[in-house]
Amino acid sequence: MSVSTEIADRYLSIFTENIEKISGNSSAYINSFRKEAFEKFRELGVPTRKDEAYKYTNLNIFFDHDYKNYFIPVTSDFVRAEEFRCDVADLDTHGIVLLNGFYPTINGKLRQLPGGIVVGSLNEAAAKYPDLVREHYGKYADSKTDGLIHLNTALAPDGMFIYIPAGAVLSKPVQIVNLVYSEEDIFNQHRNLIIVEKNAEASVLVCDHTLSPNKFLTNAVTEVYVGENSHFDLIRVQNEHNNAGKITHTFIHQEKNSVASSNNMTLHGGLVRNSTYHYLGGQGADTMSYGLFLTDKWQHVDNYVNVDHAFPNCTSNQLFKGVLDDMSTGSFNGRILVRQDAQGTMAYQRNNNILLTDDAKMDSKPQLEIFANDVKCSHGATVGQLDEDALFYLRSRGIETHEARLMLMFGFAHEVIQNIKIEALRERLDGLVIQRLRGELSRCASCVVKCG
Amino acid sequence: MLVIDNLKAAIDGKNILKGISLEIKPGEVHALMGPNGSGKSTLAAVLAGREFVEVTEGSVTYKGRDLLSMAAEDRSKEGIFLGFQYPIEIPGVSMVNFMKTAVNEHRKHDGLEPLSASDFLKLMRDKKELVEIDSKLANRSVNEGFSGGEKKKNEIFQMAILEPTLAILDETDSGLDIDALRIVANGVNKLKKPDNSFIVITHYQRLLEYIIPDVVHVMYDGRIVKTAGKELALELEEKGYDWIKKEVENSIVA
Repeated sequence: MSVSTEIADRYLSIFTENIEKISGNSSAYINSFRKEAFEKFRELGVPTRKDEAYKYTNLNIFFDHDYKNYFIPVTSDFVRAEEFRCDVADLDTHGIVLLNGFYPTINGKLRQLPGGIVVGSLNEAAAKYPDLVREHYGKYADSKTDGLIHLNTALAPDGMFIYIPAGAVLSKPVQIVNLVYSEEDIFNQHRNLIIVEKNAEASVLVCDHTLSPNKFLTNAVTEVYVGENSHFDLIRVQNEHNNAGKITHTFIHQEKNSVASSNNMTLHGGLVRNSTYHYLGGQGADTMSYGLFLTDKWQHVDNYVNVDHAFPNCTSNQLFKGVLDDMSTGSFNGRILVRQDAQGTMAYQRNNNILLTDDAKMDSKPQLEIFANDVKCSHGATVGQLDEDALFYLRSRGIETHEARLMLMFGFAHEVIQNIKIEALRERLDGLVIQRLRGELSRCASCVVKCG
Repeated sequence: MLVIDNLKAAIDGKNILKGISLEIKPGEVHALMGPNGSGKSTLAAVLAGREFVEVTEGSVTYKGRDLLSMAAEDRSKEGIFLGFQYPIEIPGVSMVNFMKTAVNEHRKHDGLEPLSASDFLKLMRDKKELVEIDSKLANRSVNEGFSGGEKKKNEIFQMAILEPTLAILDETDSGLDIDALRIVANGVNKLKKPDNSFIVITHYQRLLEYIIPDVVHVMYDGRIVKTAGKELALELEEKGYDWIKKEVENSIVA
């Protein structure tokens, strides 16, 4: 029996042991996807390095492990999460605390925020807003090659639901603090659905923290619908320990003249894989995909981006940067697909990386498939060291070498951070990156939860 | 203040400086002229502490200390400033953060408390006026997207903030139009004090109409081949460098 079938069998037992319980709490509509999705997962399995999209990432380190628990939340789990208060200075947000990706159901399963926004549990939303969920759930997340998306569809017990009604303009972001916590090694999957109707504006900030030192594996799928003329920003700050594996698949579907951005800020984590799929599904849509990661020790961060230009006159921009220390590794795979009808496309991609040691390693792969002829497209990738001339320039003004190196690394990272539109968050991230570069722990300094 | 004695230096094994001797006293302005490739910028690089230049012989004494054993950042804190011929663009590092860090490193070295944010901003404002630098430039990333002239003005701006004892301006005039040249020169003249000195490296006499040198040196093939008063610059302007080259070659033959 090969390793990958052994691993697939492990997830088969999760399916057989839990499917009743999971289905019992979910709506018929969401359940209707499960069986077929599981069949697809069994067919495709856990991606291996033979898969082109996972060529540089060995998922087995996290998938080939006996997790004591497949996490399905119960009310008592949330007590600790409720104690958590994220204290980001000046960051005025609608705050929500999640546990292992799940919305706490202590004070009701859905919360109304100003502006007609609804935030809460996807299962609850499926019961309360069946038409909305039916219209969008399962419509954007799909893959012919990645079994993990189907594993999520088959087995995710619940997840976040965010609804921004047409015309709503959010003056402050929705901030989701996702605490990963358990006394046992756990595998967890959650499924998020974000619906931004037309002419709306919203930003969602997700901060991931691990609160206990156990081994964690998260496989999360997020579907985002961005309606006509809407603006939507998704900012993810990943700050987990070295024993945590985090796999995210984010599907952003955009309608005509919408503007969306995805920002993956990976400050810390054992193994991180972020797959971001941007579908430009209407004329004049504009999408930005940003990513920044800082790694050390044995960490590995993999960003996979897929931008699909399906309609004319859309713009896309990818900017991903990494700073790799010690023997850490990273990879970037950026695909741009310009379909035949997508004339007038502008698509850009840039990936820059700094290796601080000889042992750090980065693989960068652009993938351009262009079937239209009126297209402006560019891509570039660099893997190198800190610029010696710049370093000398700073030193020649009296700045110590160590400090000058920090400034250069910070400047390198800041080019990604500066695209975040929320000023307080930008400043906060700048601060976190500096702390991270100085080798200090980068979790919120004023965090009341004393995590290990 | 600065004594260079028989300095020889190489880059990648190639001898560039072949025995430079030079003394600069407090308050003096020395112009260093000479054709391309004569070693002017290499001399500036040695003085500022660039590691890729290897000193093979000779000594440099600055304020009585062995300059060559000091790290680049320490030379800066001791009052040496290099105005770069090609200032470096550093995206993501703001001018404010850059200068604030530099000023406070200098202050720490001098046993002073760091400047408060408001005192620092006031310092920036005062110096901006002095060098007529656009306010917006100071709020941007270091040299990023600056025009050639803006970059050179930015060098003078940094010099004004750090108030060096010995400033080495490496072809600060190259690529400047006449207005920018005047602003740069005015900046230098305003910063001139009885106890600080300048080495002005230039190809052309033009800059020296604004910054009047006490001494003019001509470098050729890694050596200082002629030293005289400011009238030498005028002579070079008229006659070019060929006659110097001939003189040197004749003297070798002789």
